[in-house]
Amino acid sequence: MTAPIIELKNVYRQFKKGREPVPVLQDINFSVNKLEFLCLVGESGCGKTTTGKIICGLLPPSSGAVEFEGRDIAQLKGADYRRFRRAVQIIHQDPYASLNPTQTVFDMLSYPLSAHKLARGRRGIAQRVRDLLDLVDLTPVEDFIDKYPHQLSGGQRQRVSIARALTTEPAVIIADEAVSMVDVSIRIGLLQMMMDLRDRLDVTIVFITHDLALAKYFAWEGRIGVMYLGRLVELGPTQRLIGSPQHPYTRVLLSAIPEPDPEKTRNKEHIKLRSEDIPRLTDLPAGCTFHPRCPWYEEGLCDSAVPELLIPRGLDGGVKVACLPLEHGKELKLHES
Amino acid sequence: MAAKRQETVLEVDDLSIVYRTKRGDVKATNHVSFSLKQGEAMALIGESGSGKTTISLALIRKLPKNAVITSGSIEYRHNGEIQDVLRLSKRQLRAFRWKDCAMVFQGAQNAFNPVLKIHKQFEDTARSHGWTDKQAVRERALNLLELVRLDPERVYDSYPHELSGGMKQRTLLALGVLLNPQIVILDEPTTALDILTQRAIIDVLNDMQRQLHFSIIFISHDLSLAAEMADTVATVYAGEIVEMGGVNDIFYQSLHPYTYGLLTSVPTLAQEQDLLQSIPGSPPNLIHPPSGCKFHPRCAFATAACSQDEPPLIQDFGAHLAACWHKKALAESREERVS
Repeated sequence: MTAPIIELKNVYRQFKKGREPVPVLQDINFSVNKLEFLCLVGESGCGKTTTGKIICGLLPPSSGAVEFEGRDIAQLKGADYRRFRRAVQIIHQDPYASLNPTQTVFDMLSYPLSAHKLARGRRGIAQRVRDLLDLVDLTPVEDFIDKYPHQLSGGQRQRVSIARALTTEPAVIIADEAVSMVDVSIRIGLLQMMMDLRDRLDVTIVFITHDLALAKYFAWEGRIGVMYLGRLVELGPTQRLIGSPQHPYTRVLLSAIPEPDPEKTRNKEHIKLRSEDIPRLTDLPAGCTFHPRCPWYEEGLCDSAVPELLIPRGLDGGVKVACLPLEHGKELKLHES
Repeated sequence: MAAKRQETVLEVDDLSIVYRTKRGDVKATNHVSFSLKQGEAMALIGESGSGKTTISLALIRKLPKNAVITSGSIEYRHNGEIQDVLRLSKRQLRAFRWKDCAMVFQGAQNAFNPVLKIHKQFEDTARSHGWTDKQAVRERALNLLELVRLDPERVYDSYPHELSGGMKQRTLLALGVLLNPQIVILDEPTTALDILTQRAIIDVLNDMQRQLHFSIIFISHDLSLAAEMADTVATVYAGEIVEMGGVNDIFYQSLHPYTYGLLTSVPTLAQEQDLLQSIPGSPPNLIHPPSGCKFHPRCAFATAACSQDEPPLIQDFGAHLAACWHKKALAESREERVS
């Protein structure tokens, strides 16, 4: 295994709602290895976007550290810091909001090139812009280079977003729900293109999504991290995580998702939650934050301490889980309902 | 979930709608025909801009002002009476909406008036349809709220902001069926909701339908939802129904390359590694739609004939209809893929 390119160490992040602190991320520890397929999944409000922003330096952690190639990004200065910002790029979710409506595709792609002096001269820049559009399959280039965002479809806009992220020749791209806003029929094409770019350009892609099936497709050879209420609750190799999920939350999620197959989806067993109410981040339950909803809740254990993300006793396969009963080597049995 | 009593409640025939715009007429619905049986759940699937919502808005005559219905009829049948929805007077229309046919709009979490308590909004709805007995409304509402698995008393006395997105969506479903409509139209009922909330909504809808026996038309781009809830599925492309059939026909034996393309572009959880392929190109411009089969510029099976003649929506066996010249080639290709 190569050294991690990104590493998060005990990352916490708070926001403030009035005077009340809102813990959005708590005790996040994981690393991203070079060129691995890593996917963060979770429902809205679980902190996956915040994690993405923290990785690319758009938000500082409240405590803890993010390391890029072994160096704490908070300590980087001058040329080193610029190099980091160039090396880690983000693709935002909404291609209707993330592109400046008053700029043409050429403007958007040429600006970072000249600002970071990545291409020289008018010709050099124009050539590089054309190459980038070519990379994201916006061809023939002439049809797109002078267009404004409103003249492009959602899928085309997202390709521009991807091209823009590629202008700085990044080593890491955070793709935050990068295909969620485009139509089903072209979603996979966009994802496949990103996976292909990873091979061609040696860029590591961290994919953030709420869609577990999409995560499974993207990270089939890689890993998935499942987040719940600001914590990473399970992290492991995709095939293992999908095939035999460990954390109760992962199990419930996987059982709840409908399948595009009438027979399979209608015969699927759904694990019932004890409660459907999602706790507020400002009023998190004590102990494991999933315990009020968890079908495997053990009184006196789950509400007593916050579980850490660990390899549970007696479990191999590189899966880490934050669950106290599993940590104690117990088998999860469903309560009588 | 197949409909037991096969009475038709809605019959749409040759419906065409255009939107008049400065740039020209947008042909949003073209010669759409279908019928809906009592207790049946029908899914309209397709990409954004395919005309799914336009069809459903026409059913309750809620089309925007620049829309013109250029052909067709919509027949609603109830207790042996037949009404032509397109010819209802304003007064009849007011009665028809909600009481006979209710619609739950997309992003419905924002459909509540934020300054009125939930009970007020239930009562207002009931009153405007001539139901003034507050106590009776309350009883019915509490029953429905219980059916959608909410804490009835609490929700009924809440303001919308006191409810979560999923709770609002469920409350809205309860409000939608308050007047016991025969048909409920749901526009993207689970979009923008979290996975576990989606599951709760699906389960609640199934419960409601089982107990209240209404028919459902739901619009979704989510094929999994259609797979789980629909009896019948209609694929909408460029304002046309290009394929229609039982849910198993559509998912296992699709006869239109567009439906097939959609199915092979959706990742699954149950499958081992998916072999996925997206449909090239993007949906057509409906002001100047392509000639012949509107899907031909994106279709892997297209031949010269496809750009000239529009294939009719015809059935080959059973109740499974598809509009394509190359059904055979598609069936062969599917078999190859499976093996």
